Amino acid sequence: MAYQMNFAPVMALAPQLVEGALNTLILSGQAIVAGLAIGIVGAVSRTEGPRWLDRAVGVYVELFRNTPLLVQLFLIFFGLPYIGIRLSANMAAIIAIALNLGAYSTEILRAGLQAIPRTQVEAGLALGLSRLQVVRYVVIIPALRIIYPALTGQLTLTLLGSSIASAISATELTAAGARIESTTFRSLETFLCIAVIYITMTFAFRFVYWLVGLWLFRRKAPPKPSLIADVTEVSRAGA
Amino acid sequence: MSALHINEIKKYFGALLVLDGVSLDIEPSEVVAVIGRSGSGKSTMLRCINGLEKIQAGSIEVAGHRIGPQGGDLRSLRKEVGMVFQSYNLFPHLTVMENVTLAPKVVKGVDRQEAEAIAHDVLRRVGLAEKSGAYADELSGGQQQRVAIARSLAMQPKVMLFDEVTSALDPELTGEVLKTMEELADAGMTMVLVTHEMGFARQVADRTVFMHKGKIWEQGPSEELFANPQTPELRNFIAPNLK
Amino acid sequence: MIRSFGWESVEFLIRGAGWTLLLSLMTFVVGGFFALIFALLRTLGPKPVRLAIAGFIQLVQATPLLIVVFLAFYGLSFMGLHFPPMVAAGVSLAVYTTAFLADIWRGCIEAIPKQQWEAADALALTRIQQLRYVILPQAFKISLGPTVGFMVQIVKNTSVVALIGFVELTRAGQLLNNMTFQPFHVFLTVAAIYFAICYPLSFLSERLKGNRHVRPAH
Repeated sequence: MAYQMNFAPVMALAPQLVEGALNTLILSGQAIVAGLAIGIVGAVSRTEGPRWLDRAVGVYVELFRNTPLLVQLFLIFFGLPYIGIRLSANMAAIIAIALNLGAYSTEILRAGLQAIPRTQVEAGLALGLSRLQVVRYVVIIPALRIIYPALTGQLTLTLLGSSIASAISATELTAAGARIESTTFRSLETFLCIAVIYITMTFAFRFVYWLVGLWLFRRKAPPKPSLIADVTEVSRAGA
Repeated sequence: MSALHINEIKKYFGALLVLDGVSLDIEPSEVVAVIGRSGSGKSTMLRCINGLEKIQAGSIEVAGHRIGPQGGDLRSLRKEVGMVFQSYNLFPHLTVMENVTLAPKVVKGVDRQEAEAIAHDVLRRVGLAEKSGAYADELSGGQQQRVAIARSLAMQPKVMLFDEVTSALDPELTGEVLKTMEELADAGMTMVLVTHEMGFARQVADRTVFMHKGKIWEQGPSEELFANPQTPELRNFIAPNLK
Repeated sequence: MIRSFGWESVEFLIRGAGWTLLLSLMTFVVGGFFALIFALLRTLGPKPVRLAIAGFIQLVQATPLLIVVFLAFYGLSFMGLHFPPMVAAGVSLAVYTTAFLADIWRGCIEAIPKQQWEAADALALTRIQQLRYVILPQAFKISLGPTVGFMVQIVKNTSVVALIGFVELTRAGQLLNNMTFQPFHVFLTVAAIYFAICYPLSFLSERLKGNRHVRPAH
């Protein structure tokens, strides 16, 4: 018996989908800001900090890259109250995703910092620039250019990964979908709609990355964006 | 009966005409040097001869195998035509022996023992018999290029093409490669070489062809051509080289 | 019935980890099989095929894994195809893996310089022979690091199918938590087991990436 698709019941709840999409943007936006902040601190600690700090950050990176986000989320949301730290579902999701992104972006940003030849830095210092000025005028843009595909790819993975937060009923798109599915019983239609929204958001994100890249790297076109960030690009950037 | 017959070939890159009706006949055992400025079409002509570049008009014939704008029996033609590249292009994951035996084994179906016998023979000819177990990155540029020559020779080609084979080499390493080529020429191999080594062209090539603007501008016996260039373009081209 | 967290619980989790490993292996084999075909067709196939594969890769990579899992689990069962969680989990993970691995491997094939194709071409090797003897052996060696690295992602990705009720390591942790009400112990142990599986793979991957020599060790 052929199944008849019927999107009407799902479409009737379209405002919930829109709201869910906005919540996903807000949730992952907050996690991205926090995660990148962690990544910057982490990368600078690993390249410029003392040996013990490099080691400590290294342990954090390996712990978070070698366990699933879902388990990190469960540990933070269900586990922390056991030791007296109680968090809302959204806060737990933001912290988990930020810590996860922080681990990946630490390594990506570190690869970028290490990719700039010492001679460039020395040339800057020789011209009488301060260390901070060297970073600002000599290091940042070329370093960012090298890691741009890996970094933007990781941000896209973060946006998509935020759907995991539905497992603890945080307010975001996949959770909204699950609610719609349970009221309409139109599972296929619901999740097809959700998929289309995620795909649209992903392509919109990539378009923005592309525009930002054009502006940042005015002199040269940015490298092609990539989703397989952590597995290939970084290894090349770090090589 | 010529060894290589090129008839009125034309080649475009997009709208740009890079070969404008080139014709050339090469006799068995003849050594022809092709000279000219970069962009004159000399390398492109060489790459057309074994089908690495498609031609848009004309035809190329080697040992009864003909290719034209519609293609043709490219593989049969390539079995008769060896090519050596500027950047050697050895296969880095294979030993010298494996580099040399690969094509005889998989293209001609020669068994392993016979392929290795052929390989020993050609490696001895290029003076590298003792390097058969080495990998490309353990050899100097000159040695790599000689292995590349051996790799082509192992297919027992009727014609060999050399595309600026010494241009990527340090000056002190060009000698060994040129010597290998000279020995090949003496042994009667039919050769077409695109080169910047004017001295070598003059000394070893029976004939030199000067290309300019996608055409054969001037050609003749090497000694005569260098001693007595007819066109101002050739005079300009070889003048700095004579000093 | 387990009442509090102890050795019995760890045993229970390790049984779950067995399913995680099995599911990961299945995903890698099936996903890898299609990924290899896709990677080859994506570089060498006729244009419509190349475009179709590129489109597939783009779409899957722009969809959360969880949604792919839901589509396989709920969606297809409503179309009259009844999948047990095991099959839905395997299919969705394999589809997801195919899209990413195909992309990684295509990158490895394209990383081989054009001159290698030309040299093989000039020796009269056929396209297939060029791939078989010249391109793929080199691409294979480049791909080892990223491929092992992606295995870590596969192992971690399998945790998502806990959300459709497939009892692998993460789901076992949820069940155990419901029995013992000791979430901190339970999920910390779960995380430790994942780490014990993933870290050696990550380490190996870094080693393989560092060793960029194309020729075999001897």
